[in-house]
Amino acid sequence: MSVDNSILSVDDVSVHFTDSSGFLGLFGERQTVRAVDGISLDIGENDVVTLIGESGCGKSTLGKTIIGAQEPTHGSITYRGQDIWEAKNSRDPDIPFSEIRRSLQIIHQDPGSALNPNQRILTSLMLPLKKWNPNLGEEERRKRIYALLERVGLTPAEDFVERFPHQLSGGEKQRVVLVRSLLLNPDVILADEAISALDVSLRVEMMDLMLELQDLFNTSYVFISHDLSNARYIAEKSGGRIAVMYLGRIVEVGPIEQVIGDPQHPYTQALKWATPNLYEGDEDDDLPIRKIDIPDPTNRPSGCHFHPRCPKAREVCKTNDPGAFEDENGHAARCFRADDTHEYWDSPSIVDD
Amino acid sequence: MRTSNQNDSDPDQDVVFEVRDLEVTFGTNRGESRVVRNVDFDIYRNETLGMVGESGSGKSMTSSALMNAVVSPGETSGEVTYYPPDGGEPISVLDLDEEELRKFRWGEVAMVFQGAMSSFNPVKKVRGHFRETLEDHNRDVEAGLERAHQILGDLYLDPDRVLDSYPYELSGGMKQRALVALALILEPEVLVMDEPTAALDLLMQRSIVSLLKELKEEYDLTIIFITHDLPLLTKLADRLVVMYAFDIVEIGSTEEILYDAAHPYTRSLLNATPDLNAPIEEMQSISGAKPDPVTNIPGCSYRPRCPMADESCAEAEPPMADRGSGHRTACFYHDDVADEIPIPAMEAAEEGGESE
Ligand SMILES: Nc1ncnc2c1ncn2[C@@H]1O[C@H](COP(=O)(O)OP(=O)(O)OP(=O)(O)O)[C@@H](O)[C@H]1O
Ligand code: SF4
Ligand code: SF4
Ligand SMILES: [Mg+2]
Repeated sequence: MSVDNSILSVDDVSVHFTDSSGFLGLFGERQTVRAVDGISLDIGENDVVTLIGESGCGKSTLGKTIIGAQEPTHGSITYRGQDIWEAKNSRDPDIPFSEIRRSLQIIHQDPGSALNPNQRILTSLMLPLKKWNPNLGEEERRKRIYALLERVGLTPAEDFVERFPHQLSGGEKQRVVLVRSLLLNPDVILADEAISALDVSLRVEMMDLMLELQDLFNTSYVFISHDLSNARYIAEKSGGRIAVMYLGRIVEVGPIEQVIGDPQHPYTQALKWATPNLYEGDEDDDLPIRKIDIPDPTNRPSGCHFHPRCPKAREVCKTNDPGAFEDENGHAARCFRADDTHEYWDSPSIVDD
Repeated sequence: MRTSNQNDSDPDQDVVFEVRDLEVTFGTNRGESRVVRNVDFDIYRNETLGMVGESGSGKSMTSSALMNAVVSPGETSGEVTYYPPDGGEPISVLDLDEEELRKFRWGEVAMVFQGAMSSFNPVKKVRGHFRETLEDHNRDVEAGLERAHQILGDLYLDPDRVLDSYPYELSGGMKQRALVALALILEPEVLVMDEPTAALDLLMQRSIVSLLKELKEEYDLTIIFITHDLPLLTKLADRLVVMYAFDIVEIGSTEEILYDAAHPYTRSLLNATPDLNAPIEEMQSISGAKPDPVTNIPGCSYRPRCPMADESCAEAEPPMADRGSGHRTACFYHDDVADEIPIPAMEAAEEGGESE
């Protein structure tokens, strides 16, 4: 799907890992994992895209590929018109690779490991500024850091900068990491499970903070989560999109209200079932999937990859691979059921009750 | 100090665990760390009791104390009384010796610990773990393995494949379900599960919760389930215990906690919990710092973060007030809390329900 003013364009990108990357079968045979399989996605200015899916579905690999930290096996990623990997390998690119990497920052799940335990917070924040902004004087750098720390609620900043990471709570550490990436004035921040480690009671605050800073800094976010309610919160508050991944592919994507309010793909419907709400009537305890376990990623099912777990699967799903059916609002799903006239509707069910 | 009249168990309930004045302390170089403070509660037979509260509030410590399993050098004191089924002699758990504890732990009360997936011995097949547990407790191994087959099947696993696997050959979700089956192998009365699903994907979490409900009926279990995931917990638990600062601040049926919570912390926690229906403009985190187990806050421990606190909250510790039908909460102003701290998601759901 495309958006206006795209900063990043992901075009038919695949990332395959073979046994040299550590994916050995039980008997040591050669294995290929298609961690990302033919994904296209555009990220615009001030955009928010959330990626959701089960572990191993390729969310993090796609995220890393988007910010140029993982080279794709196929396809291309362009940053403001410049192919990222061409920039890396060519002598005289329009936009240098280092400039691209500065513009695309990442925040990880564990803020503790992102900060050097032996460095005071001030040092951790000064170093990247020095590296990327060598023209800035010491005093100017310090001013910027203080202002931003105060902005995220770490007041008084003079006190916080003198501390070591172990003297901060999890939420405070995560804010320092956010400040560190914002100091580089990036275009896109990839937040990979960045709030999952925080206590439930702090998550909303952290997501609000990220969005407030978005307005200030014009940053786009790619927000990876395994938690649908967090993904919905940040996407709905920012008017963003959600992309649901399954076995290396985006199986449903669109504006958050539509994907959550009217999910088309049976997998998205199952994720929604798995995300209970506090205030809702009778819960349904029947599993909306036929198998609980995810198939072996090195040996993906034929046809629609979801068919062995899908409660709506029919014969045609075993052999044919559904493409994306997109409606006029940019809401797309890779399921035959999204197409009213598909032969699926005449195909016999393979689900035995 | 609390008044004593609320220490009586509800006479209408068949109590399986009675916990009184439970304290867990650790000596630290900063002074004594009191990580469970004067906790009183009952667990009813065949109920599912959910425990929630922020990280570090004392949930794991409290549940470990039920089996006298607090890690050393922690000191556990108070009373934990276990009532066996069919009117057997009550057992004072904190007075059991090593051998008695060994029998009690698995045979009567089994626990799946937080982060337990690593508790499988990596070089032993899953079948070996089941066999060893049965042998250690002098049970009939063949009958036990038969039972293992059945429970694994109930958990949507292929029994032979799982039993013949090494732990590393199983995914996280398979391993976790195999652990649940292992915990149930000696037919315990009570199953304690500390964050059993936290490391798992949402679809796996929700599926395990559905399966647990079925297991509970099939094997007549009492379940204690600890998690940060309040929406998930409400789908499983009959009653909820809310912990704050190493003590219980509210206890009641899931319905009462959701719709009539009377402690400011509980209501703020409900407002901080994102779910798919909650109105996003109204959600709010709980500001302020977590309490430190080495510090004793005079008066109400929630005072530093409580929007309703006044001077009297600093003077005395609020007693557990009885709000009827087993709903109790530790706040002086429990009658005013609902007006002072509205829950927009609840109101939205009620309005939606009326217009239908
Ligand atoms: N081995 C230990 N020695 C001393 N203090 C400890 C030890 N383990 C935990 N604590 C402290 O005991 C308190 C209660 O911890 P507990 O593990 O019960 O919390 P919890 O509610 O289970 O938290 P979480 O949700 O993070 O699992 C915390 O302040 C913790 O720091
Ligand atoms: S294409 Fe068929 S198997 Fe795939 S999700 Fe749709 S109904 Fe299910
Ligand atoms: S007793 Fe006072 S400080 Fe404590 S929760 Fe109630 S109002 Fe808040
Ligand atoms: Mg715990």
